[in-house]
Amino acid sequence: MERIKLTIDGNPVEVEAGTTILEAAQKIGVHIPTLCYHPELRLEGACRICVVEVEGMRNLVASCVYPVANNMVVKTNSEAVRRARRTIVELLIANHPQDCLVCSRHGECELQDLSRQLGIRKVRFSGEKRDLALDESSYSVVRDPNKCILCGRCVRVCAETQSVSAIGMANRGSDSIVTTPFNLGLAEGPCVGCGQCINVCPVAALREKDDTERVWEALQDSKTHVVVQVAPAVRAALGEEFGLRAGSLVTGKLVTALRKLGFDQVFDTQFAADLTIMEEGHEFISRLQKRENLPLITSCSPGWVSYCERFYPDMLPHVSTCKSPQQMFGALAKTYYAQKAGINPAHIFSVSIMPCTAKKTEAARAEMQASGYRDVDAVITTRELANMIREAGIDFANLSEGEFDLPMGMSTGAGTIFGITGGVMEAALRTVAEMLDGQELPEVEFQQVRGFAGVREATVRIAGQDVRVAIANGLAQANRLLERIKAGEAEYHFIEIMGCPGGCIGGGGQPLSKDPDIRMKRATALYRQDMLKKVRKSHENPAVQELYRSFLGEPNGEKAHQLLHTHYHARSRY
Amino acid sequence: MSIIRSHVLVCGGTGCFSSGCKKVQAELHAALERHGLANEVRVVESGCFGFCKMGPIVMVYPEGAFYCQVMPEDAEELVKEHLLKGRVVERLLYKEPVTEESVALFNDIGFYKKQHRVALRNCGKINPESIEEYIAHDGYQALARAVTRMTPEEVIEEVKRSGLRGRGGGGFPVGRKWEFARVSKDSIKYVVCNADEGDPGAFMDRSILEGDPHSVIEAMAIAGYAIGASQGFVYVRAEYPIAVERLSIAIKQARETGLLGKNIFGTDFSFDVGIRLGAGAFVCGEETALMTSIEGHRGTPRPRPPYPAVKGLWGKPTLINNVETLANIPVILLHGPDHFASIGTEGSKGTKVFALAGNINNTGLVEVPMGTTLREIVYDIGGGIPGGKAFKACQTGGPSGGCLPAELLDTPVDYDSLIAAGSMMGSGGLIVMDEDTCMVDVARFFLEFTQDESCGKCVPCREGTKRMLEILERITKGQGEEGDIQLLEELAEVISKASLCGLGQTAPNPVLATLRFFRHEYEAHIRDRRCPAGVCQALLSYHIVAEKCKGCGLCKKVCPVEAISGELRQPHMIDKDKCIKCGACVAKCPFKAISR
Amino acid sequence: MEDRKCTGCNCQQGQDPRFEELAKVIEEYRDMEGALIMVLHKAQDIFGYLPEDVQKFVAQGLNLPLSEVYGVTTFYSYFSLKPRGKYRIAVCLGTACYVRGAAEIVSAIEKHLNIKVNDTSSDGRFTLEVSRCIGACGLAPVMTVNEDVYGRLTPDKIPEILNRYE
Repeated sequence: MERIKLTIDGNPVEVEAGTTILEAAQKIGVHIPTLCYHPELRLEGACRICVVEVEGMRNLVASCVYPVANNMVVKTNSEAVRRARRTIVELLIANHPQDCLVCSRHGECELQDLSRQLGIRKVRFSGEKRDLALDESSYSVVRDPNKCILCGRCVRVCAETQSVSAIGMANRGSDSIVTTPFNLGLAEGPCVGCGQCINVCPVAALREKDDTERVWEALQDSKTHVVVQVAPAVRAALGEEFGLRAGSLVTGKLVTALRKLGFDQVFDTQFAADLTIMEEGHEFISRLQKRENLPLITSCSPGWVSYCERFYPDMLPHVSTCKSPQQMFGALAKTYYAQKAGINPAHIFSVSIMPCTAKKTEAARAEMQASGYRDVDAVITTRELANMIREAGIDFANLSEGEFDLPMGMSTGAGTIFGITGGVMEAALRTVAEMLDGQELPEVEFQQVRGFAGVREATVRIAGQDVRVAIANGLAQANRLLERIKAGEAEYHFIEIMGCPGGCIGGGGQPLSKDPDIRMKRATALYRQDMLKKVRKSHENPAVQELYRSFLGEPNGEKAHQLLHTHYHARSRY
Repeated sequence: MSIIRSHVLVCGGTGCFSSGCKKVQAELHAALERHGLANEVRVVESGCFGFCKMGPIVMVYPEGAFYCQVMPEDAEELVKEHLLKGRVVERLLYKEPVTEESVALFNDIGFYKKQHRVALRNCGKINPESIEEYIAHDGYQALARAVTRMTPEEVIEEVKRSGLRGRGGGGFPVGRKWEFARVSKDSIKYVVCNADEGDPGAFMDRSILEGDPHSVIEAMAIAGYAIGASQGFVYVRAEYPIAVERLSIAIKQARETGLLGKNIFGTDFSFDVGIRLGAGAFVCGEETALMTSIEGHRGTPRPRPPYPAVKGLWGKPTLINNVETLANIPVILLHGPDHFASIGTEGSKGTKVFALAGNINNTGLVEVPMGTTLREIVYDIGGGIPGGKAFKACQTGGPSGGCLPAELLDTPVDYDSLIAAGSMMGSGGLIVMDEDTCMVDVARFFLEFTQDESCGKCVPCREGTKRMLEILERITKGQGEEGDIQLLEELAEVISKASLCGLGQTAPNPVLATLRFFRHEYEAHIRDRRCPAGVCQALLSYHIVAEKCKGCGLCKKVCPVEAISGELRQPHMIDKDKCIKCGACVAKCPFKAISR
Repeated sequence: MEDRKCTGCNCQQGQDPRFEELAKVIEEYRDMEGALIMVLHKAQDIFGYLPEDVQKFVAQGLNLPLSEVYGVTTFYSYFSLKPRGKYRIAVCLGTACYVRGAAEIVSAIEKHLNIKVNDTSSDGRFTLEVSRCIGACGLAPVMTVNEDVYGRLTPDKIPEILNRYE
């Protein structure tokens, strides 16, 4: 590879040909502000915040897209650059609501950061501002087009990472907006509610539908018995909201915080994850033996399920009929738990804390009332929980370590890794292999299914036969995998698909982060927890075993089917 | 088999079409039929003659008699007198505005005398729907020469030697552009003809496509041979239906004749051309936006590098030239680069077509050698300003250019002189403005255009032009503030330096140019709340000059809000509270007694 | 084409023969790269404008996200998402026409029809639009009514011209 030598702000730097000025500057620690740039998305060069001066050029160039050249002399802080940057930020602010004090992104807003960083003290432009309606049609995501600064990151993540394209740029010039077709709202189109758009939005133009008020109300009501479940990925990320190092595992503090908030029972979604493995494992074995509807595809990720219903309705028979852990838990909370605790299920309010915004839509699906009630009453994201903890004045970082309540707080390491791409597959293999082989696994970990590549595949030898498995994370990757299958280029027995890159740890409800390694750090935390668990296989979870003995009967049995399984509908993507 | 002794060319360009040329054609046919001449005289619908103001235009060959403003009812006389009896119809000839002298022959008309037609060589001369006529006028000979007797490198060398620069705006040397596309290694390359002529007031590309579509197709094939492409696209505005139709016919004919398709002239070279329609977005004239649009997307520009010559349409090396540029190519190959280079100036070779419009007597398309002065174009060719008014400014380069004042009328028209003067060549719109034009309002007009046509992708252009326009609107409404001019200048600098594409980078030019030459007008609006040209309504105050008013009462009658009062034969008065400043009274007053 | 029948909305595609025509257009263009804009041109020729169900039909036929189709139809001013009158008046606002008083022509039409730019008269007869230069600068100011071009306009000529259209 050709090496290029250039100077940035007087410092010599040598990089590979094809490197952009921005990357070269980052390499030597020169900070250039950016806005439309996102390391995981296609380059646009649209916002022009990152302009720099290149000696000999009449105009400023956008450093995020401009490739380096030999002997280039770059100035990132000349007077022309400073003036351009300040004017650009000023222009953006002039067309942006100035309600920062009451904005959901207050303190976490990239426009605010830029304004502070550049020391903007006055906006010289007045005039027309956008005045458009909020889109609150979706259970998962709220769009505020007035806050949008048109960086296009959401549009790109929705198209490139997720292959959904629920939103796009519309109109032209100063009328340009990011919107849904015909402004009909997210609920009318193919949006799967994954919330990846929220994670990349620099401002508050995209945010989760805030359900905390409903949870507060339930907590305040003495007649309501509030149970809560927490998804695995939450404990590997919540600490970030309170200044803890990325990758900190805060399970114990999390439990304590929930008790302090007033939840009557603090349970663990991982319990339901173990249960999912029992049901899905049996479903897989049965399909494998009958050679029917293979490959089996996992159904834990509601973003993926919505995607399949809209984009691959012909693949629906392959999707496991198992509900997601959240919904299995919900159905049991108002039946099994209510019975056991002797509480009228009508008085139970079931809350789930999820790294995911699509879970909100999932909980609201019409069929999700197997218990005779709404199985899950409210879903809040990791970010919303952090807001509640802050509002309650809880000093999270210094909390003592609590323990989940029993029985639905008991889980195995297999349930823990559900939060990571490949984790459901690994958990399933741990159980399926032992069930089919009839003997204990020599090695619990299936390293061959781990990693962060978009699509991964492996062949696992189980009971004398080769089981071909594949894993996809991110819906564009799922799309890639399914197209290969449809084209006859690949054949598998079992596929795990998670809607978000990295799996639930990278979910649309997780703390915002600019750390490029954030998903890896969170995953490492969950793998560590798995290793520390005494029981690491779902079928060995004593609470799950007790559940089948005393309540459900057989896996895939009649009662299990009634409460824990569901069906899907083809839906239009238009 | 009959022998055709005369050709009657009826201009079918958009200008003449609007003036009713279709009816004239029909009447000519009928009259020829009546006089039994249908077999010896052929009526041909030709491309644009350029002299749109005088349309419908009819030319009779072989004499070359030039008739203008021919009405359907003139057909009978024209046929009977000229075609039957051989007598020129004096009454329909063009008359020079100053001398009132009739001019029979095309080349003797002042409007054409100073012109030098290269790109427009066939426009108005041949039937654009006939490939035979194009071939009879040396058509496709340049292509034949290129593919059978020259290497691609030799073709590029000749284009380089000709000194031809891009006619679409930037003026980039064409030969070098071809060379860049040539050296890009790829098995698939494209040639694109940019016919998304969007500058308001410029229509030379449309005229060429309507009048001589084969010249563009031939040039594209030559370019394809030179750079190693086998597919071309013409990206043309959907607003040009006649051009689209003529182009489609020409492509079909070229395919049928074997001049497009596989193994052209029996060589290994294959080339075909497809049409892609624009859909009303000025920004698509920018080459990267144009490619994005051909790919079927929102026509937003993309950052360069990579340049189209390296990574263009669908990621493949792509050569983009505009219509007028391409129309010059066959001439260069046919008559040699040195002949082409002998026309024009040191830095700007050949000719340039201008669309002459605005407050000028002879509106139309003119093609002049580079280096001709603005004064020659405005006065010698354009016939000066109508109504005895004074010249105030002329705008070149469309919304990206600037307004040049009377002091700069002797500026030679070439790329570098125009830039030095504070404007630019652009695609060749030339709008003349007289003393009644408000330069602040003109700047506002252009800003309104660019802000409306901004694609919205980059912040400086999207948000910046909007705020500039708002400031200009304030000024023209009499709400300007001290500091507005400075704010305009600061915004202009950032927009031109930091915008993503040429549209944004040049958007502030009309404001900067008018500020440079007409700053006092801005100041009059802001400080004195006065519009010196009397255009900005909010700043006008109508009153009747008592000494001039004869009390005829016409103004009183025409006033829609009964704001004028007065006795007959006594000076009238305007009630300023009632007056809505519509200007109806000013237009009506025979004594110029109402001032504003 | 059976598999491309619209399933997602309550549109009247089944009953409307124009959709069959559009389906043929889509079939013709399906293999052409970047066909969307060309197909939309044809669709607008067929329907007069581009209503929601037509855009959905095109998206489905070309297997494109609807957001992309909507993004394109709202970007280009040539495409109309609203039904237009029987006669479409377009006043040229190119520079030449502007300096020769096109703005006054627009006001005269607005006044005569009692509508604003981009509106359609209540009887559905006229839609008033403004256009970019149509290249008839020699006749400025100019307007078109459907295919007819009128040049050298003055405000007082407007009523007489518009009254020609039933």
